Amino acid sequence: MIELDDIHKAFNQGQPNEYWALSGISLTVAARQVTALSGPSGSGKTTLLTLLGCLARPTQGRVRLRNEDVSGLPERFLTEIRRRTFGFVFQQFNLVRGLSALDNVMLPAYPLGLPYGQLREKAENQLAGLDLGHRRNARVEWLSGGEQQRVAIARALINDPEVIIADEPTANLDTALSRQFLDILSRLIDEGRTVLLTSHDPLVIESSVVDRVVRLRDGRLVDSAD
Amino acid sequence: MRLWIAKQRYLIDFTLASLTRRKTKNIGLVLVFSLLVFALASVTLLTSALRQEAARVLADSPEVLLQRMVAGRHDLIPPGYIERIGRIRGVQQVEGRLWGYYYDAVVKANYTFQVARENPPPPGRIVVGPGLARFRGVQAGNVLSFRSYSGKLFSFTVDAVLPAESELVSADLVLLNEADFRAFFDYPAGHFTDIALSVANPQEVRTVATKLAAALPDSRPILREEVLRTYQSIFDWREGIALALLSAAILAFAILAWDKASGLSAEEKREIGILKAIGWETGDVIRMKLWESMLIALAAFLIGYLAAYVHVFHFSAALFAPVLKGWAVLYPSFTLLPAIDGLQIATLLFFTVFPYAVAVLVPIWRAAITDPDAVMRG
Repeated sequence: MIELDDIHKAFNQGQPNEYWALSGISLTVAARQVTALSGPSGSGKTTLLTLLGCLARPTQGRVRLRNEDVSGLPERFLTEIRRRTFGFVFQQFNLVRGLSALDNVMLPAYPLGLPYGQLREKAENQLAGLDLGHRRNARVEWLSGGEQQRVAIARALINDPEVIIADEPTANLDTALSRQFLDILSRLIDEGRTVLLTSHDPLVIESSVVDRVVRLRDGRLVDSAD
Repeated sequence: MRLWIAKQRYLIDFTLASLTRRKTKNIGLVLVFSLLVFALASVTLLTSALRQEAARVLADSPEVLLQRMVAGRHDLIPPGYIERIGRIRGVQQVEGRLWGYYYDAVVKANYTFQVARENPPPPGRIVVGPGLARFRGVQAGNVLSFRSYSGKLFSFTVDAVLPAESELVSADLVLLNEADFRAFFDYPAGHFTDIALSVANPQEVRTVATKLAAALPDSRPILREEVLRTYQSIFDWREGIALALLSAAILAFAILAWDKASGLSAEEKREIGILKAIGWETGDVIRMKLWESMLIALAAFLIGYLAAYVHVFHFSAALFAPVLKGWAVLYPSFTLLPAIDGLQIATLLFFTVFPYAVAVLVPIWRAAITDPDAVMRG
């Protein structure tokens, strides 16, 4: 579904503090699977995830989404692709404080201009599907870590994306909540979605839900085990 | 189109939610901004209302006034002048006027004594201006005593108090009949203070003035349009003075508002990053923030302008009146006729809302064009 071809990514290019986060990464991500990017801190997992999720463009190399080169597209087109194809679950959840869980879930759909009733119903269904229906009007800062993550997942699903991108999804969760997250993952795969995540949590890496683990070190692929 | 409207509704919805989430900052901004608009709008509303008021009042005044000058000073009109003017072509009506100033040591104020042209009060009676009536605490039927310049004491019964609508020009007025006036000021018979002329054809006013100056070289014709222009420039000058006095405060407020509006907090920057990462376009973010600043600016403008309107037209511009209204000791107290000028509103709107929108837009644009992957690292 997503192909990376000899990807390089530099930060502060041409400046004294130039830093190459990724070097020569070639990778194919299969659809309807859970692919985990693993590696120590600074290995380039998150950078690779931002490239796969069209949040950033590579310095060199090509990114293909459904055989279409998206690496050179301007930001406007990338935004459109992001909105239609990807749903993001961030490590810190990145919910908008002061808004209710329901409002947070509806947020990615605002630029699409759907009728309000339809959008609200969709958002309520997503929250109910994640056992959060009763907390829909609560402000997100009043929710527990696990609840916040489920709100973030519901938000990622609101535009019905094919691919869910999750950055260190269990970093702020205890074991029970991490297992709950893995259950949600398997449900997403059953729904026909593709999941890409970064993690160095053994509970996730070794889980049977994860189809493939891609290991990174110093910005290079070490191993790509199925 | 429906999609566009739906999108804007969502953006406004989110904007309103954002505004309530940052209550303290936004209320502070609205307050400072409203104060700024209030000060500017009060000055402009008051001066334009005063200009209109003056024009309205002067509309009834004679087209030409003739004063006699002796050694560059205003002197009495001697007998015979009125007859000589009456022979000048184009002059429709000539009337000698009698008026003078009187210092009242009781309230330390100057009054203007004038002989009433129409319906003069009966002997021993006067009609007084509302400012004088207020200061001396008199009403119709009371007796007022004045010691004339010759030292004699004169007592007059107040026949009536002039209506408050005309207070801008009648606050300190005392109207009496000719005989009482001449007796009070020891005015020689046949002499007048000045002469009021009406001219049949308004186009000929300047020609008549030239003829007057030629026929009576020791006199000075004053045209109504000149008086009007003088008033206009006095109010312009005062408006300028008031704005100059206010400028330091306005500048301080403006800098504060600019600083508050243009600085994006870390929380706001984070939010912009989140919105971009979850699929909002740079344009959506900018539009949303534009709505936010427009709502703040327009709300503040409305509050400031309405407050200024109430201040000027219901509280007689209590804060700025000492600078912008008359110079007499008896400050006129009157309710101005509400007058709103569209161009004035547009100018004020342009000089307050527009800079604010620019101040807000630049940092938002800078935050909105950052790469959305930054939020992944935050």
